[in-house]
Amino acid sequence: MIDVKSLTKSFGSHLVLDHIDQHISPGEKVVVIGPSGSGKSTFLRCLNLLETPTSGSITFNGTEITDPKADINAIRRQMGMVFQHFNLFPNMTIRKNITLAPVLTKLMSQAEADDTATALLRRVNLAEKAEAYPAQLSGGQKQRIAIVRALAMKPKLMLFDEPTSALDPEMVGEVLAVMKELAEEGMTMVVVTHEMGFAREVGTRVLFMDEGHILEENEPQAFFAHPKEARTIEFLSKVL
Amino acid sequence: MTFFEKFTLIFTNAKYLDSMLTGLQMTLAISVGAALLGLVLGTVVALVGISTSKNPLMKVPKFICAVYVTVIRGTPMALQLFIMAFVVLAIRGFPVVVTAIIAFGINSGAYVSENIRGGILSVDIGQTEAGRSLGLSAGTTMWYIVIPQAIKNVIPSIGNELIALIKETSIVSMIGMYDLTAAAKNIGSGQNLANYLAPMTVAALFYLAIVYLLTFIIKKIEGRLRQSDRR
Repeated sequence: MIDVKSLTKSFGSHLVLDHIDQHISPGEKVVVIGPSGSGKSTFLRCLNLLETPTSGSITFNGTEITDPKADINAIRRQMGMVFQHFNLFPNMTIRKNITLAPVLTKLMSQAEADDTATALLRRVNLAEKAEAYPAQLSGGQKQRIAIVRALAMKPKLMLFDEPTSALDPEMVGEVLAVMKELAEEGMTMVVVTHEMGFAREVGTRVLFMDEGHILEENEPQAFFAHPKEARTIEFLSKVL
Repeated sequence: MTFFEKFTLIFTNAKYLDSMLTGLQMTLAISVGAALLGLVLGTVVALVGISTSKNPLMKVPKFICAVYVTVIRGTPMALQLFIMAFVVLAIRGFPVVVTAIIAFGINSGAYVSENIRGGILSVDIGQTEAGRSLGLSAGTTMWYIVIPQAIKNVIPSIGNELIALIKETSIVSMIGMYDLTAAAKNIGSGQNLANYLAPMTVAALFYLAIVYLLTFIIKKIEGRLRQSDRR
């Protein structure tokens, strides 16, 4: 589904991603972990070109998205993204937050989008919040809405950038539950997170990043039981 | 005559009242015209200024806009008005009210553009990223997501600018125009009331009333736009 070849990103003279090669297949739930500053968020943001790679190529379903001629808006419509700080549109109701993009991109009529929004809101048990504004919601509710907003575009792939890092501890569970449900439905997911429990339980593959490299990757059971690299062992001993 | 009698006379004497209202009309005409021109100009200049387009053709308008803001904000309004009236638009028969509207509109636009630019930049970058990640184009994201939020941030400073603009139009008498301030000066002169305090007070009250009304309207708009902030 996604093919990353020799992806490099630097901010000025600071090299954040150093020749990353990675392949993500449909249905995979790839969990990216690592210390702050390791480049994991930048890696994720390169996948939908919120960061422009310095060099290397990314291919999504056969289209090279790093090609300057690629229609990046059309590609992004197939990739949902969930941010650490939710980034809901504060001046719009929840319903409008969800329906804005499907309607503006002509994916759906307003009526269709409204129906989709209602169905999605029911799924995350927030149907009664359709006419509320984001400021009236808790962090956990906002993040569930943000997930639903991305899903309304019917994406083929979901990117999660530390979706629970800005939440009160007691709200983490409700967001992870939605993500888990999504994983069970077969959605392809790339998740940058510090939630090791989620990585172990939901992930099909764990990537450990450090200093711009994917230092180690494995399926979760083996990864957590027998980490190979010294740096991985050190990191895991601190977070587990 | 006491101050109060002179004050009342300005409203009861048809000649004086007429003179005041003619001046008021001119002040309002220039203010409204210049405000509209300034808002349009300011918006365009702000959008050119924040455009991140990599197209080399954008360099020229970007440069022009930067020079415009620097020159207009760096020179006195009275000087700009003189240049407009005595040089650029020194055309026989050209309506002087239009000259004033253009001069004040161009001046206001420079300040408005900076206000709008600041308002747009104050919207969290996450809003743009959210819009773009949903597959919306840069323009659509700007128009439907960023600008509505920027407007809310910009209204108070635009209000300030409009208030400053209305009062600054009082210098048009320097190019011989008859506005509210000129009317007050005329009524106070020796041939008329031979007293400046009363007509100046009346003119001051007129300005105050306009500004007060404008402030009231701005507060109303602000309140409407803050609806989504309620918890």
